[in-house]
Amino acid sequence: MIDRRLWGQLDDRLVILTAALMVIGIANLFSATITMPGEGISFYLRQLLWFGIGVLLGLLVFVIDYRYYEEFAYPFYLVVLVTVLCVLIYGLIVGGGQRWIKAGFFYFQPSELMKIALILALARYFARHERKEGYRLRDLFIPAIITMVPTLLIVKQPDLGTAMVMVFIFFSIVLFVRIRFRSFLILCTAIFLATPIFWFTLKGYQRTRILSLFHPSMDPLGTGYHIIQSKIAIGSGGIWGKGFLQGTQCKLHFLPEHHTDFIFAVLGEEWGFIGCGVVLALYAALILWGLTRGVMTRDRYGSVIALGVTAMIFWHVVINVGMVLGMMPVVGLPLPLLSYGGSSVVVTLIGIGLLLNVRARRHVF
Amino acid sequence: MDIRRREPEEFRPRHRYFISAVLVVFIIFFGRLLYLQVIKGHELRFLSENNRIRLIKNTATRGMIMDRKGRVLVDSRPAFNCMVMPEDVGDLKVLTGKLSHFLHLSPDEIASMIEQRDSPPFQPVLIKRDISWEELSSLKTHRLDLPGVEIQIEPVRTYPYGSVAAHVLGYGGEINKEELQEKKGYQMGDWVGKYGVELTWEKDLRGIDGGRQVEIDAVGKEIRVLKEVQPVSGRNLYLTIDLDLQRLAEELLGKRSGAIIAMDPLTGEILAFCSAPSFQPALFAEGVSAQEWEKLVSDPLHPLQNRGIQGMYPPGSVFKIVTSAAGLEEGVINLDTTFTCTGIYYLGPRGYQCWRTGGHGVMKFYRGVVESCDIYFYNVGARLGVETLGRYAEDCGLGRPTGIDLPGEKAGLVPTEAWKRDRRGGRWYAGETLSMAIGQSYLLVTPIQLLNLMSAVANGGALLKPQIAKRVEDLDNKVVEDYPTEEIGRLPISSKTLEELRAALVGVTKEDAGTGRGARLEGMEIAGKTGTAQVVRLKGGERQRAQDMAYELRDHAWFVAYIAAHTPLAVVVLVEHGGHGGAAAVPLAREMIKKYLSLRRGEE
Repeated sequence: MIDRRLWGQLDDRLVILTAALMVIGIANLFSATITMPGEGISFYLRQLLWFGIGVLLGLLVFVIDYRYYEEFAYPFYLVVLVTVLCVLIYGLIVGGGQRWIKAGFFYFQPSELMKIALILALARYFARHERKEGYRLRDLFIPAIITMVPTLLIVKQPDLGTAMVMVFIFFSIVLFVRIRFRSFLILCTAIFLATPIFWFTLKGYQRTRILSLFHPSMDPLGTGYHIIQSKIAIGSGGIWGKGFLQGTQCKLHFLPEHHTDFIFAVLGEEWGFIGCGVVLALYAALILWGLTRGVMTRDRYGSVIALGVTAMIFWHVVINVGMVLGMMPVVGLPLPLLSYGGSSVVVTLIGIGLLLNVRARRHVF
Repeated sequence: MDIRRREPEEFRPRHRYFISAVLVVFIIFFGRLLYLQVIKGHELRFLSENNRIRLIKNTATRGMIMDRKGRVLVDSRPAFNCMVMPEDVGDLKVLTGKLSHFLHLSPDEIASMIEQRDSPPFQPVLIKRDISWEELSSLKTHRLDLPGVEIQIEPVRTYPYGSVAAHVLGYGGEINKEELQEKKGYQMGDWVGKYGVELTWEKDLRGIDGGRQVEIDAVGKEIRVLKEVQPVSGRNLYLTIDLDLQRLAEELLGKRSGAIIAMDPLTGEILAFCSAPSFQPALFAEGVSAQEWEKLVSDPLHPLQNRGIQGMYPPGSVFKIVTSAAGLEEGVINLDTTFTCTGIYYLGPRGYQCWRTGGHGVMKFYRGVVESCDIYFYNVGARLGVETLGRYAEDCGLGRPTGIDLPGEKAGLVPTEAWKRDRRGGRWYAGETLSMAIGQSYLLVTPIQLLNLMSAVANGGALLKPQIAKRVEDLDNKVVEDYPTEEIGRLPISSKTLEELRAALVGVTKEDAGTGRGARLEGMEIAGKTGTAQVVRLKGGERQRAQDMAYELRDHAWFVAYIAAHTPLAVVVLVEHGGHGGAAAVPLAREMIKKYLSLRRGEE
């Protein structure tokens, strides 16, 4: 399987798109964290290290024929699920929200890897259970369970952002593999009706907790303020931006998460409309690549994997950029390849490796 | 080969929808960018220079703390702090010159405060806390000449009764780094409860801070409020303390060190809780200075120590309550068991003395307790042994915290053979059992533990959790939480033993030879037990009279008592270095009981 011809099948467009985002990501992070004291090593160097690890893992994922993954999709899913559970239990014992595993001096979030495990598991299910006339609700029972179990664990952590992305990946795949129109309507109605019922079964404090997650104005000192500062930062960039390293708004501690969740605001301030436009165009190109070249394979399993990975990246971009632009509720989620954070970088690059893998082997059948 | 192989065409129709959806989303994003960066770009750029949108915290007013009758012990008043936003200051020299004139500080002091800030940019620096009305009005009049100067209003604790119940009320202060990591929802500069009920009930008292987003002009003046969220005041806390009784307790101790605690034995409610010497909680409210703090912590009398729950002393003869209970319950003695006191008890070659040099003569249990004969209890202790005695002590609530809702309660110590082997590296000697039987040896108790034990004797055997809070009320005076009686254990004795013990304890005040006769009140049966906690071990010599000894070497005086009739009150008195039990502590307990009865009569 691993031969010279494989490298010829490496899709250069996707590689170039990814590399471009990585270069922009590092430059932007360098500027964003230049005034921040790192713990020993500065942020951008650590991010470079993560890029290195991510590229290696991505290549490894690419080199092995993805059809082998199908055999191990469920065991892999279970292993990651147990890890997530362990981290959660450990967190309950130690107290406070816990989503990290500490390995050496690095921290890793297993809930990030859970997204990949979910995509592989769902792809296997939908590949093995085909319904030409479209899936009925009862066919979706098992994939729904596969999705909901880790999602609920991740909600518990609490990591609402990642849990949301998991649910969105599930719905994207379900729409893609074709759900019956009638079933789809029933599903939508059911969710629509269930929400208020679920809401009223909650206790008062649980409700305020959820509301404050979605409603920044309830917390005027925290997230509501961040959104205003984020909008000012982006807007102050104007058309051309203040220039590399020239931004002030983001560096002056108005945005405590400016190197992670609000990284797009740093870009907007320093590179303006032009810079933001280029980055958004790169993301759009990457996602459209996934929807066209990625899913165009004769193999159903590969197709669903490609769609799942594309959906994962898409929802991350939408939720993050939507938040930073003040159009959506504040949910902490990294922007792929731009936000600082090892788990996100590695998982995104593993996803890219899967896309390349599926693409390279499209002719094998 | 298998059905999984499909033409890519299978997914083609839905592709179009997916691609269109993605395109629509990105077009919306582009539109939003265009709006923010191109259309509103100029305006937002203006706001970004000097950070024109600022966030100002509206600190919530902390809840009040009341006594059981609703008298306010802790309130909040607004304090005005003079702050400077360094980013808005034009000429620092000019400003410090003017400010020094208004605030009576030297210009160099002000300049160094501004220059040596450790807060992030665009966070104002505190120049002077709680400025006077004159200072405030002169700052307000000259505000146009003082760019960068801001007045921050902050609620500050006030104490209408000064230092009353300081150890219960506690104090607070600016949150430190460790607390910031431990507690959620706090920011640098927040005021947080650190001691006493201010700490225990922090969550209820705190309230919810509000905030304002304001737009300011170039000199830092507010132009308009963009958004405002009102703060929600904290809840009010009602203590079980009765202010009248509390003040009497503090008066009674006066300049002496020690503790007086009064409790309702039927509910466990603390009616008075005094630890002396005390401190002024107001000192902390205004921000305690380094010198004042140094003075408090280096004071040899340790005014910050809450002796009621943190002071550990040998219980002395008060422990004979436990020895009696164990002796009667185990059957090693009964009411008619006689021992002869010649003033000394020989164990091998060594003699153990009774506090009365001449001896008490032949006596039964009742007289042994009433006159607190040491020889009598050496005999009981010798028959019981250290392990049995220790087990009874633990079942009587000694050696572990009572669970009172005040921070820092100590457990005390009930020694066992194993403890001595592990901690002191030695064998337990029979003589140590004798010392333990009269409350010496390694035994250590806190005043609240002895009070709790006495309360259990009073109420029929139930060890209750001492309650310091009666209820928490929200702003509409609705009770959010109350604290019902909570049983934490039972005395390990039968009701027959308890009755015999209670009769002897009443004798302590009733009999003319009783050590607690000074607590006698007309027409009222009072049970009590005195105790003398030795500070230095006697080396076989004569006991000295208190007056002849140096203050630090004098014994601590104990007295625990309760009103026997309807058992509505139990009280513990500890006078540090007060000399022999009867003399120093008994009259104080009598005054407490008298006051309580007169207060009750007043209410009826």
